[in-house]
Amino acid sequence: MQCDICGKKKATVHLTEIVDEQMSEMHLCEECARTKSVQMEQQFGLSDLLAGLADFGKQVKDKEQTTLACANCKLDYEEFKKMGRLGCSECYTEFESHLANLLKKIHGSNRHLGKAPGSIPVAHKKEIETINDIKHEMQESIAREDFEKAAELRDKIRGMEQEDKS
Amino acid sequence: MRLDDLIYHTGEWLRGTGPHSNIVMSSRIRLARNLAQKPFPNRATKKGSISILETVEEAVSGIDYFKKSTTFKIHEMDNIDKQFLIERHLMSHEHSMNTEGKALIVSDEEILSVMVNEEDHMRIQVMQSGLNLNETWKIINSIDDALSKRLDFAYSPRWGYLTACPTNTGTAMRGSVMLHLPALVMTKQINKVLSAIAKLSFASRGFYGEGTQAQGNFYQISNQVSLGHSEEEILQNINGLLKQVIEQEIQARQALMVQNKPMLEDKIFRSLGVLKSAYIISSQETVELLSMVRMGIDLDVLKDLDRRVVNELFITIQPAHLQKIEGKKLSASARDTKRASLIREKLGGV
Repeated sequence: MQCDICGKKKATVHLTEIVDEQMSEMHLCEECARTKSVQMEQQFGLSDLLAGLADFGKQVKDKEQTTLACANCKLDYEEFKKMGRLGCSECYTEFESHLANLLKKIHGSNRHLGKAPGSIPVAHKKEIETINDIKHEMQESIAREDFEKAAELRDKIRGMEQEDKS
Repeated sequence: MRLDDLIYHTGEWLRGTGPHSNIVMSSRIRLARNLAQKPFPNRATKKGSISILETVEEAVSGIDYFKKSTTFKIHEMDNIDKQFLIERHLMSHEHSMNTEGKALIVSDEEILSVMVNEEDHMRIQVMQSGLNLNETWKIINSIDDALSKRLDFAYSPRWGYLTACPTNTGTAMRGSVMLHLPALVMTKQINKVLSAIAKLSFASRGFYGEGTQAQGNFYQISNQVSLGHSEEEILQNINGLLKQVIEQEIQARQALMVQNKPMLEDKIFRSLGVLKSAYIISSQETVELLSMVRMGIDLDVLKDLDRRVVNELFITIQPAHLQKIEGKKLSASARDTKRASLIREKLGGV
């Protein structure tokens, strides 16, 4: 694909602009993207966004490798590095390998040896028991090749787990 | 309980009794707890924070320790009221900002308090007079057990209690002790002691909280590490360290009494004299003089003064307290006059 502006070089930067709910796409070569970014910066002050665009092709590759985000609260690891605060309990799972090193650096250990919550709340416990029962029933359905029943039970479990999360 | 009811009482932790209360003002343990999967306060929406607060309020309502507690919603308070609660060591400065969904739950006698939606969903604090970390742990541990039956805490078997800041992860516990170390300061040994404390991974800071200079010769010492040791082990380590610091302060006091008794007595009585007769006094001067008077009580140089009265003055001479007592906003110079009159009243002055 050729650059939309100079029409000569290969387009490596793909820009989507939304102005008054009208979306337009632009495909630019690196040089024209840089010029465009200066214009846009003056127009919208989107300096941060467009600074990244200048070396777009290369950066995307890096980004794909390093951007790690929590599925539960959407915090990405870069933001955590800047702020020093995690977003929710699930971040600990999402960023596990990074945090294992960090915790070791802070505390000299990354293994908890203290207390655990006294007991799981009764309502929650019952729910977990129920889910386990249904899972068991589902396995049995699969064993006797009653796949329709198994699918029904699977959807039921998913529904309950979703509810649990929300 | 209304906020104004607190003006005429001070916390149980100021009563000036308990083990080593001649040197140790108070012991405090704080636990951070979060609800599983819910965004931490820094990422929560207003609606989310309010819902956390409702969940916490419902959970505490069924627990005996909270029977006589009151919930203060921070966004409903004016600046003086917020400052008043900070001055009483019931909440942090951070808790007084971006107040939507934030609350403070305070028990009768101020032994127990919970900041809701500070950096973590819950910051539970128990305070006791004197060196009393073991007793304090017993209380806060059973409160935590009761809460964990009602709330689904963010916890992982590998990393323990999960907190917004990874420096608190694990036990999520901070044990701290407020020490009064005037003799180590006067004999110029304090820096040596503080640097030894820092080497052992404990933090020290002033009486009036994080980032404050040590005023009135008060130093607060707490654990830095929260992961890799059990709660009891961490508290034992603090206790072990404190015993040594206390021993050094006792020795320094004895040395001063033996080597330079007239100088020390002069300093103590002059301090009491100024406090009893001043008509205008700044908070900094007050705190320095009160420190000498407190040591005078500890060394039996001043016999008729109650340590509790002096302990309480460290709290009540602060700006928001003076304004609450007076019932109106006071300028800095008006506060200096009000402060002097409060001190004369409490110490039986001129």
